Amino acid sequence: MLKIEFNGNEETIGESETIIDLLKRAGVEAKFCAVEVNLEILPKSEYSSYRLRDGDRIEVVTLVGGG
Amino acid sequence: MTMPTPIPTDTVTDDDGCLKIAGKTLASRVIVGTGRYDTLELMRDSLDASGSSCVTVAVRREKLYDRDGKNLLDFIDLSRFVLLPNTAGCYNAIDAVRIARMGREILRGLENPGADWVKLEVLGDTKTLLPDPVETLEACKRLVDDGFHVLCYTSDCPITAVRLKDAGAASVMPAGSPIGSGQGLLNPNNLRIILEYLKGDDPNYPVIIDAGVGTASDVSQVFELGADGVLLNTAIAHARNPVLMASAIKHAAVAGRQAFHAGRIPKRLYATASSPEEGLITSRPWKTTPHKQSNSPYPLEKPYPPEN
Repeated sequence: MLKIEFNGNEETIGESETIIDLLKRAGVEAKFCAVEVNLEILPKSEYSSYRLRDGDRIEVVTLVGGG
Repeated sequence: MTMPTPIPTDTVTDDDGCLKIAGKTLASRVIVGTGRYDTLELMRDSLDASGSSCVTVAVRREKLYDRDGKNLLDFIDLSRFVLLPNTAGCYNAIDAVRIARMGREILRGLENPGADWVKLEVLGDTKTLLPDPVETLEACKRLVDDGFHVLCYTSDCPITAVRLKDAGAASVMPAGSPIGSGQGLLNPNNLRIILEYLKGDDPNYPVIIDAGVGTASDVSQVFELGADGVLLNTAIAHARNPVLMASAIKHAAVAGRQAFHAGRIPKRLYATASSPEEGLITSRPWKTTPHKQSNSPYPLEKPYPPEN
């Protein structure tokens, strides 16, 4: 098992989980979001290939109403 | 028989209703925000009524388990609106650059033309929401270097506005008054100076008044001053009837722009009669010398651009 930080919350995940697995489980539509891994933006093309590592800090953002 | 005087149209082009920024043309000079609406349906209808073709959005942490499952983007027609992501909520250049890049990443995924645009907003204080000029300038430089077209929120300080234009901002966007305050244009004189400094030798440089609009007449005033665009959110979202206010603002923008081209008369201290002095059959209360406009040493307001 791995420990990661996902949008500020600690989560325990299984080995070899990818970003796309994480998004699916959280009910997030990949099309509408951007993902940062350890403060670096991860290109959408790598969502299914990037395997999460212990201690990764994942930030997932989307667009909301704003002025 | 005298020929009617033609209406002067030489200064008004067919595309005068458009706002040109960084090589892109927006079909409307009004940019509206998408925040603070009671419902997303009300937002959608208000955006439609405003006639805008560009809307601002904010970048926030994904709510991992949304209350109602509704996504903002389901209520914005992406074939019609350019999305302009903002950096609202940032108080330093590092955070602003980070948020801008995340916004760009989302918009690239959506293939929206606003992907390389950012409404840069680096605030200095949570109470006034006034911009931090030092951090704003630093963030502007970094984002320009990173290939962004920066539409830069700033105060009504002309010196800061010049610095931001020099740093490569695609548009400088001075505030009329604090964000969401609805106080209108508190310092039109500073805005005039900004317009003169930024557009005097570069008339196509877009200056957008961002923040502080309270109602439609404020929008007219923005355009009467000679600004190229207006950006507003709360004036519509928190109006008693947002859709009706959005429509009023659309028309106010057109009215203000036409008035700008038509050229306002200077304000004067004394009255000038509209009816002829000749042929009067009435007497005057006491002897006065009719006031002559050209001799008034006290013009109350000079128009922008200055008359030659």
